[in-house]
Amino acid sequence: MSGGLARYIGQRLARAALTIFGVVTLVFLLVRLIPGDPVDAILGDQAAPEDRAALRTALELDRPMVLQYGSFLGHVADGSLGHSFRRRQETVSSLIAQVFWPTILLALSSLLVAWLIAVPAGSLAATRRGTGWDRAATTGAMLGLAIPNIWLGPLLILLFGVQLQWLPLPGDYTGGLAVLVLPSFTVGTALAAILTRQTRASMIEVLSEQYILAARARGLHPWRVVLQHGLRNALLPVMTVGAAQLGALLSGTVIAEKIFERPGLGTLFLDAFFDRDIPVVQGCVLVIATIYVLVNVAVDLLYGVVDPRVRLS
Amino acid sequence: MRARLLGRRRLRRTPVGVVIVLLFFAVALLGPWLAPFDPGEIDLRHQFQLPSTLHPLGTTDNGVDILSVLLHGARLAGIVGVLVVGISLLLGTAMGTVAGYRGGMSDHAITGLADLLQAFPSIVLNIAILALVARPGTSHLVLALAVNGWVLYARVARAQTFTIRELDYVQAARALGLSEGRILARHIVPNLVGPLVVQATSGLGAAILAESTLSFLGLGPGKDASWGALLDQGSAVLLRFPHVALVAGGTIAITVLGFNLAGDWLRDRLDPRTTEP
Repeated sequence: MSGGLARYIGQRLARAALTIFGVVTLVFLLVRLIPGDPVDAILGDQAAPEDRAALRTALELDRPMVLQYGSFLGHVADGSLGHSFRRRQETVSSLIAQVFWPTILLALSSLLVAWLIAVPAGSLAATRRGTGWDRAATTGAMLGLAIPNIWLGPLLILLFGVQLQWLPLPGDYTGGLAVLVLPSFTVGTALAAILTRQTRASMIEVLSEQYILAARARGLHPWRVVLQHGLRNALLPVMTVGAAQLGALLSGTVIAEKIFERPGLGTLFLDAFFDRDIPVVQGCVLVIATIYVLVNVAVDLLYGVVDPRVRLS
Repeated sequence: MRARLLGRRRLRRTPVGVVIVLLFFAVALLGPWLAPFDPGEIDLRHQFQLPSTLHPLGTTDNGVDILSVLLHGARLAGIVGVLVVGISLLLGTAMGTVAGYRGGMSDHAITGLADLLQAFPSIVLNIAILALVARPGTSHLVLALAVNGWVLYARVARAQTFTIRELDYVQAARALGLSEGRILARHIVPNLVGPLVVQATSGLGAAILAESTLSFLGLGPGKDASWGALLDQGSAVLLRFPHVALVAGGTIAITVLGFNLAGDWLRDRLDPRTTEP
């Protein structure tokens, strides 16, 4: 490994660690800075004074802020993320661990859907500019962006679950991997639209480069030029855009889990919201934001490995 | 080929989006007076009716008139949209111009905060904030959406300010000894209006979608009629009465699309250089 690459990786990791520390601090501060009393939010404003005092102690809100912060950091450091209010014997991290993988599975399959649509559609649109293929891809991308996922989910259920009966309805878990299809399209369609546009734009740019002309002049097969010389270079900016959209993807999983009645981080998060189980809410936010930061680091590092120019900036 | 290109061009210039946006604001202003029924009016004899002359878009679970819910819901969407974008625009412009004009520590601090807020998926952060309030109302919803809503405007304002501050007339104003506030207000902000208006137009669509999404998830202000809440009710009875979800979701989708198209149209109008590839 060259010195430049090592330094690049080191700097990027240090910045990510700083961001995660910032995320932890912000999640801590949220509860303290938002006007209004979390005790009211949890118990309602008609609770008995002794209950309020007990909860205040349990929440450690009666201790100095610095000590509260210290114990919050302690819970993050030991990996427990504190205890749930409603299920006191459970740590937040054990609750999250129970639902973590279904959400990751949904996120990954949504990503897969998005890339499997976007790369062929974007490349086809770019290589066949101005034709029907191009217009179909561009219009499709516009529609995919315009349909809110809170509506797309019900629409897909109606079409593929009710009308055509190809895929299982929400709550039916007997279908194996088929149960993942509709939720993945619900989450992945908007991303597919964004990535299609980006693939098309950067493919058009790359295909006008001299080395593409040179490859063509050497008599390489047109598809080999597009795939090996074009796509490989065009996909780097698409990757960056994809990573930047990860937040929207994770928000999408929260929505899809509600629509399709799937267990997951989003369902845990929403249930914790309605129970006003603040430690669980904080834990979910923390885990989701950390996933986001780590994936962005991974993409940046990958970028640095693939494209040596990045390391210099 | 050429005729086809010209045809497409004309199509894109037709401001469909602007028409939708104007229609939306008209309905948001007048909706409650146009509504044939009270959206809180329960009529258990007419549950889940399909569209009829009495109920042009049908009824929901309590026999509530769907058209009336949509007309009243436009008001909530409009209020939330305008307030969120207004607050975000003011805060974002202030933060962005200061960061771009001063550079150095101010820039690091503001950009750092913006990066940090963007590390949270926006809906997730909004929900976490609403969780800390006993009974989330419209004002809480607006504040929760504005907490990270300003970041996009700040980024636009900062990038533009970076270029503008090096221009001769700004240097001249500085050399004349004008105060920083005056330079920002008189010489920098007026040049940001174009890009910020474009951003704000699609931002309104995004804020309306965010309100619908939060209401759909059950986190909106409970007593008000809302498109998202109607979509949620419709989803619960999707298999038996699909018209409720179809109408509610379609309204949200068309409105958001309208704001996005209007934003694209404005961008093309204000800056002919930035047409899409």
